Amino acid sequence: MPERIETMDDVPSIKAFELPLSVKSNEPVNGEYRLLVLAAPHDILKRCRAGQFFHLLCPQAGGETPYLRRPMSIYGFYPEKGELHFLYKVTGAGTRALASLALGDRLNVLGPLGEPFTIADDWQDLVLVARGVGLATLAPLALEANRLGRRLTAICSARHPDYLMSTDYFASLGADVITLTDAEGTSDLDNLEKVIEGLIADGRADAFYTCGSNRMLRLLQTIGERHGIPGQIALEQQMACGIGMCHCCVRPFNRGDRQVHLRVCREGPVFDMMEAIAW
Amino acid sequence: MVDLSVDISGLKLKNPIMPASGTFSEDLAEVFDLDRLGAHVTKTITRGWRDGNPTPRVCEVNGSMLNSIGIPSKGVGAFIEKVVPFYAHYETPLVVSISGNTADEFATLCSEVSVPGVAAIEVNISCPNIEEDGKAFAIRPSSTHDVMRKLRAATDLPLWAKLTPNTGETSEVARAAEEGGADALVVANTILSMAIDINTRRPKLGNLMGGLSGPSLKPIALRMAYQCARATSIPVIGCGGISTVEDVIEYLIAGASAVQVGTATFIHPTIMLSLIDGLEDWLSNQGLSSVKDLIGTVIDGEQDEAVVFMEAAP
Ligand SMILES: Cc1cc2nc3c(=O)[nH]c(=O)nc-3n(C[C@H](O)[C@H](O)[C@H](O)COP(=O)(O)OP(=O)(O)OC[C@H]3O[C@@H](n4cnc5c(N)ncnc54)[C@H](O)[C@@H]3O)c2cc1C
Ligand SMILES: Cc1cc2nc3c(=O)[nH]c(=O)nc-3n(C[C@H](O)[C@H](O)[C@H](O)COP(=O)(O)O)c2cc1C
Ligand code: FES
Repeated sequence: MPERIETMDDVPSIKAFELPLSVKSNEPVNGEYRLLVLAAPHDILKRCRAGQFFHLLCPQAGGETPYLRRPMSIYGFYPEKGELHFLYKVTGAGTRALASLALGDRLNVLGPLGEPFTIADDWQDLVLVARGVGLATLAPLALEANRLGRRLTAICSARHPDYLMSTDYFASLGADVITLTDAEGTSDLDNLEKVIEGLIADGRADAFYTCGSNRMLRLLQTIGERHGIPGQIALEQQMACGIGMCHCCVRPFNRGDRQVHLRVCREGPVFDMMEAIAW
Repeated sequence: MVDLSVDISGLKLKNPIMPASGTFSEDLAEVFDLDRLGAHVTKTITRGWRDGNPTPRVCEVNGSMLNSIGIPSKGVGAFIEKVVPFYAHYETPLVVSISGNTADEFATLCSEVSVPGVAAIEVNISCPNIEEDGKAFAIRPSSTHDVMRKLRAATDLPLWAKLTPNTGETSEVARAAEEGGADALVVANTILSMAIDINTRRPKLGNLMGGLSGPSLKPIALRMAYQCARATSIPVIGCGGISTVEDVIEYLIAGASAVQVGTATFIHPTIMLSLIDGLEDWLSNQGLSSVKDLIGTVIDGEQDEAVVFMEAAP
C-alpha cells in the first residue's frame, strides 16, 4: 500500500442523502410554473445552501417513464417548518410526471448537491438578475442576503407580468424589486443595461448574481468588465449522476489563458460569472 | 451468517458487488461508506490528458441510457498522485481501469499503473467510443490475444479483461483473452447504439453514436457472461443492466463469480448497498451458507430442444 498521505480521518464525510420525502403540496403558481413542497428532515434542511440543487427521481405517470433523475434548484428550505421547496416549469416527461404528484405521495430525492452561491465580505450591495424559472435558483440567495444584512436589488424579467414570480417574496426580504416584461416592452437588453448602469451610478452594485440566460450573461460580463464588478452565475447542463461520477454535465470555462471543462453538478452549478462562456 | 466472499483468481473480495468503470468515483464517498463494497473500480484512464466527447453526452431511451462520454482523463501522473492515495483510505481492493489507442501504449500504461495500492488492473479493450466507428480490440479474437499478451508481459498484477458486446465472436474472444493471459473477464461493456431527435433530425448525442447501458442491456450481457463462463476456466465478472437483487442472482447462476453495477447507481446512488444486503437475505432464505454455492448453478441440460425451438420460430 502507498504511504498514507492523509489519515483515516480524512475519509470524506457523508454530505448528500438519497431518501423518499412525502409531498405536502404541489400546486400551480401560474400557467407555466408549479411549486412542490416536500416534508424534509431537519438534518438535510440544515445542510442546504442557496444555489444548491437536488436530483429528483421523477415518478412514472401517465404513460411517461422518465429514467434518469432530473436536477432542480432548491427554491426554499425551511428547517423550522421542515419544508423543502422546488419551483419548476413543466417541460417534458420528467416534469410532467412531477406535476402528477399529490399530497402524501413519496418522491425520492438525492441531495443537497453542488457548490452554493457565496457572498464575499465586501459585497454589501447585491444585484440579482433573473428571468423566468431562473428566479427559482436565485430566490434562496435573497434569504441569505437578508440574513447577512446585505442590500439587495432583484431585477426580475418575464414574458408577461403574469409570469413574474417571487417578486413578493423578494420584497418581503427587503429587496428593491425591479420588474421588466416583454409585454410592457421593458425587458430588452438595452433597457436592462440602463437599469443596471443606474444602480452602479448610485453605488448599489458590488456583485451580480444571475442564472440561465445567455444574453444576460453576456451583458453582465460586459458591464462587469467595464466597471470591475464581480459576479456569479448558476448554470444548467443535462445530468445523469448529479454527483460528479459520469462527466456528462461538463461545460467549458475560461481559466487564465486556457479553457477548462468543469462538471456543472460538482464544480458548479454556481460558477464565477467572468469564467463562464456564453453559449 | 452467510459467507458473501468470493475469490477472483487469488484476489479475495468480501462480497461480489462492485461498481462498473465510469459509473463510480471518489465523489460517491459523500453518499455512503465505500468500504461496504467488494471492490472499487475506477473510470478508465489513459496515459495522457483527454477531454472526452462533445456534449450532449447522454440521453435516455426507454428505461435505459446511451452515453458518449468518451474517456476524459487527467493522465496517469495525476491518477497516481491523487486518486490512488484516496482509495488507500479504504480496505477494499482498488481496481484500475485503463485503455490505450495502440497495444504498445496500452502496455506502457499497464506497467505505469502497477503501483502499490492497486490490487488489479481492468483492461478496457472494449470501449466503443474511442476507436473509429466503435471498433475496439475485443471485437476480434486475434487483436484481443495480441493486446492481452503485451499487457500480461507488462505487469504482475491480476489482469481483468473487459469484453465488448459489439462482437459476433463472444466465446472466441473470451478464450483469446484467457490464452493471452487474462486472470478474469468482465462481461460486458456497452452496446454501440444511436438515438435521433425526430423534431430536429439530429442524433441525440454530440458524438452521434454511444453505448447503451441499463436494464435493456441485461439479457444480452447475461447471455455473454454465460457463454464466457462456459468457454473459459477463469472467473467471469458479470456487468450490464443490473438493478435488482434478482439480476445479481441471475448473473451468479449463469456463472459469474461477481458483478459490477453501473447505470443503476445513477438512479439510486445507494443501490449497491441494497444489493449486498438483498443478496445476503436471499441466500439465507434459500438455506445457502455461501454465495459460492450459487455460482454457475444454471440448469442448462436441454440445449438441443432450445435450438430446435429457435429454428422453428418464425
Ligand atoms: C442545477 C440545475 C437546476 C435546475 N433547476 C431548475 C428549477 O429550479 N426549476 C426548473 O423548472 N428547472 C430547473 N432545471 C432544469 C430542469 O432540470 C429541466 O427542465 C428538467 O430536467 C427537464 O426534464 P423533463 O423530463 O421535464 O424534460 P425533457 O426535455 O423530457 O428532458 C429530457 C432530458 O433532458 C434533460 N434536460 C432537459 N432540460 C434541461 C435543462 N434545462 N437542464 C438540465 N437538463 C435538462 C433532462 O434531465 C432529461 O435528461 C435545473 C437544471 C439544472 C442543471
Ligand atoms: C456514463 C458511463 C460511462 C462509462 N465509462 C466507462 C469507462 O470509462 N470504461 C469502461 O470500461 N466502461 C465504461 N462504461 C460502461 C460501464 O462500465 C458498464 O460496462 C455498462 O454501463 C453496462 O453496465 P450497466 O448496464 O450496469 O450500466 C460507462 C458507462 C456509462 C453509463
Ligand atoms: S451529472 Fe454526472 S458528473 Fe455531473
